[in-house]
Amino acid sequence: MALRTAAVVLAAALLAACGSDDEASGEARAAFASSYQALPSKSTLIENATILTGTGERIDGGSILLRDGKIDKIGQHLRAKADVTIDAEGRWVTPGLIDAHSHLGVYASPGVGPTADGNEIAGPNTAQVWAEHAVWPQDPGFDTALAGGVTSMLILPGSANLFGGRGTTFKNVPATTYQAMKFPGAPHALKMACGENPKRVYGSQGGPYSRMGNMAGYREAWIKAKDYLKKLEAAEGEDGGEPPTRDLQLETLAGVLKGEILVHNHCYRADEMANMLDLASEFGYKVTAFHHGVEAYKIADLLAENNVCGALWADWWGFKLEAYDSVRENIAIVDAPEGGCAIVHSDSQYDIQRLNQEAAKAMASGQRAGFDITPEHAIKWVTANPAKSMGILEQTGTLEIGKMADVVIWSGDPFSVYTLADQVFIDGALLYDRMNPERQPKRDFAVGIVEVSQ
Amino acid sequence: MSRFNQIIATTALAVAPAVGAQSVLIENATVHSLGDAGTVENAAVLIKDGRVAQIGEGLAAPRGGKTIDAKGKVVTPGIFDPLSALGLVEVSLIGGTADDAVEDTSLSAAFDVAPAINPRSTLIPISRIEGVTRALVAPSSPSAWLSTPPGHVIAGQAAVINLGKPATAIDKRQVAMFVTLGEHGADFGGGSRGGTIAKLRAALDDAKAWNALSDADQVGNKGHYSIKRPAREALAPVLAGNMPVVARVHRASDIRAALAVAKGYGLKLVVAGGDEAWMLADELANANVPVILDPTSNLPANFERLGARADAAAILHSAGVLIAFSNEDSHNARNLKQLAGNAVAHGLPWDAALAAITRNPAKIFGLDARLGTLMPGYAGDAVVWSGDPLEVTSFADAVVINGAVIPMVSRQTLLRDRYTKDGEWPRAYK
Repeated sequence: MALRTAAVVLAAALLAACGSDDEASGEARAAFASSYQALPSKSTLIENATILTGTGERIDGGSILLRDGKIDKIGQHLRAKADVTIDAEGRWVTPGLIDAHSHLGVYASPGVGPTADGNEIAGPNTAQVWAEHAVWPQDPGFDTALAGGVTSMLILPGSANLFGGRGTTFKNVPATTYQAMKFPGAPHALKMACGENPKRVYGSQGGPYSRMGNMAGYREAWIKAKDYLKKLEAAEGEDGGEPPTRDLQLETLAGVLKGEILVHNHCYRADEMANMLDLASEFGYKVTAFHHGVEAYKIADLLAENNVCGALWADWWGFKLEAYDSVRENIAIVDAPEGGCAIVHSDSQYDIQRLNQEAAKAMASGQRAGFDITPEHAIKWVTANPAKSMGILEQTGTLEIGKMADVVIWSGDPFSVYTLADQVFIDGALLYDRMNPERQPKRDFAVGIVEVSQ
Repeated sequence: MSRFNQIIATTALAVAPAVGAQSVLIENATVHSLGDAGTVENAAVLIKDGRVAQIGEGLAAPRGGKTIDAKGKVVTPGIFDPLSALGLVEVSLIGGTADDAVEDTSLSAAFDVAPAINPRSTLIPISRIEGVTRALVAPSSPSAWLSTPPGHVIAGQAAVINLGKPATAIDKRQVAMFVTLGEHGADFGGGSRGGTIAKLRAALDDAKAWNALSDADQVGNKGHYSIKRPAREALAPVLAGNMPVVARVHRASDIRAALAVAKGYGLKLVVAGGDEAWMLADELANANVPVILDPTSNLPANFERLGARADAAAILHSAGVLIAFSNEDSHNARNLKQLAGNAVAHGLPWDAALAAITRNPAKIFGLDARLGTLMPGYAGDAVVWSGDPLEVTSFADAVVINGAVIPMVSRQTLLRDRYTKDGEWPRAYK
């Protein structure tokens, strides 16, 4: 599991960086740093639940103790004292769901011109822009996603550009600033896009006009980035020297080359994904995940060999030609090889509310085609695997002792259409309770329009 | 009016009698008939000559016919998508494969989607092997990014298809007239909803005046009309209250404006979209206006949908409004059952949710004497489900359309098979 190791090293490096900031008391906080603080929590013991841990295990009659924002204990017949004890008889518990592909906040509801902030269509390379700078924390879609059990998400720029910009991982907590939602220590993502979108958007404004132009565009950018990184490293080295003038675009690409920024690559066709893997090996960077990958099933082995996740839909297809060769078993086939990493993603403010149902469809389609997929395995597609791709698996994504207490209690089997999230905990705090309207957050945009007019 | 009677005669429902079709017996089933028979356990459904012949216990297998053992599983009527573009759109972003909208203001009500329908679209096998057996194929209005597209408030006429044999795919043409109101409709009203309603009224007035003229007075008539003669004539069944008018509309005030027009002209109104229809649930119920909605549409997607909520279907149903579900996503018409399941999760009774994707669409379009129900005399459309039909982990095990057992094959299953079998040679040889 080279990727996992890389993620660990990276997370450790970032945490170390945070630590040194803290030590430098009195110094200004790093620009755009996370100001996230967990909400107040009580120690909570959830008993008698069917628990899917996200590590591939299932605990029947299971208990889990959340204490000080962390998972403190998990197992059968736990004895523990807690401020709150919840009898989850007949209900299921999973890690909080994680969406590796969201545009909440950058394509917010209401979906009108003034809220359309997801694509900087100023040129095919906008690696300099950061999606987080456009995230509107009042998007009501965050609240409905929370009611669907989503506790973290990667918010990405759109796919108009070869390099769309940086994406950021968020905790799904209500806040007035995006900084207060930013997942502490999570690495940035670089959104790249293959295929039809860049050539459609720029084909009438200077190119790329074709997939040839797409590839040349990436290569030219990486050549410059390598050169920039070389100058940076030389300046930091023993001989010193003048560092290059700071360049936001190259800074992002150099971050990828250094392994600090994870590449999330929108790419539908099998042949294009293979091209992108060759491109990555030409310039010495890693593709963390291919997103959308409607044809990923055609190269499932290649993806597994390269430790690349496929962040996929259960059944979307046909809206464009590169999405024409869809099969319902795409996720099951990508999941199947040794080292296969399947992720069910949403790319939608609606489907993010039902990631569990999308995973259920993918699981059932796979089972019908003869793949042996259990619920305790399939839950990884919306928990551990997206966490891995976002570089936050050491902190969340599974129910393991010491991890963030990001937990969902479901009204029943999460792979049923009739099941709803009853309670959602983030860092041990009860952020959402289906039975208690006072624990159902409501963004500012949802205030005072409908209820006042009735 | 003679012309209008002719139209009715030539477009009467032709549930294909499936010449020479085999008989099919589905036995050992729990049959949800959606009709007077209710739900029958340990039952069999006998389908002969394309129609349901009998439902009951201990029916004998027909000689030379096919027998499907449902093994105790659930059988329902086929799913009916009330708001699709099946056969009209193959790949959404490839213009040459998309025939759902006309950017020609002069066509208006005269645009009939029927001749544009391609029953060999790959979407049809992909949908039918998942239990979708009938669909309304509807026109839509052109939309354009950051500009006002050419088009008319009246988008055109819809058809009903079955997803069986291509040669007999079109069940009935000119089933419903579509109009686009609200925010999108304002594009066709000079920039205001008020303009849209004025244009709709003008078109209806013109059609009313024209169709009241005798044949002799029509000859050489030089009157000025806002819409052309074919459009005026296409509106005759609408004004006679025989052809439903489906209004794509969301905001409560826009729905109320549509209700006023419908009342004024005696139209048979259907609301499509209707994110805020729940606010007018009683008014809609009193006016017998059905609503076709997506019960998962629960966000303020724009300023005409601020009141969208997850339990809208339950509110409408309990007020007595006839409801049907569509996601208006023909590539995934197979997900209508998921919409229905989500409506149940948010308070709609299970039976009402199943009806919203089977019987109710047939009822909305006046086809409920032949479609949407598993009762003797009805079209032989039946689905055997692997489990609860509304559950996301259930699939269709067997599908019958017009009495013909559907092969469970689509472009998607063939691609799957190609890539799940290993061999030395490239996949192209499989």
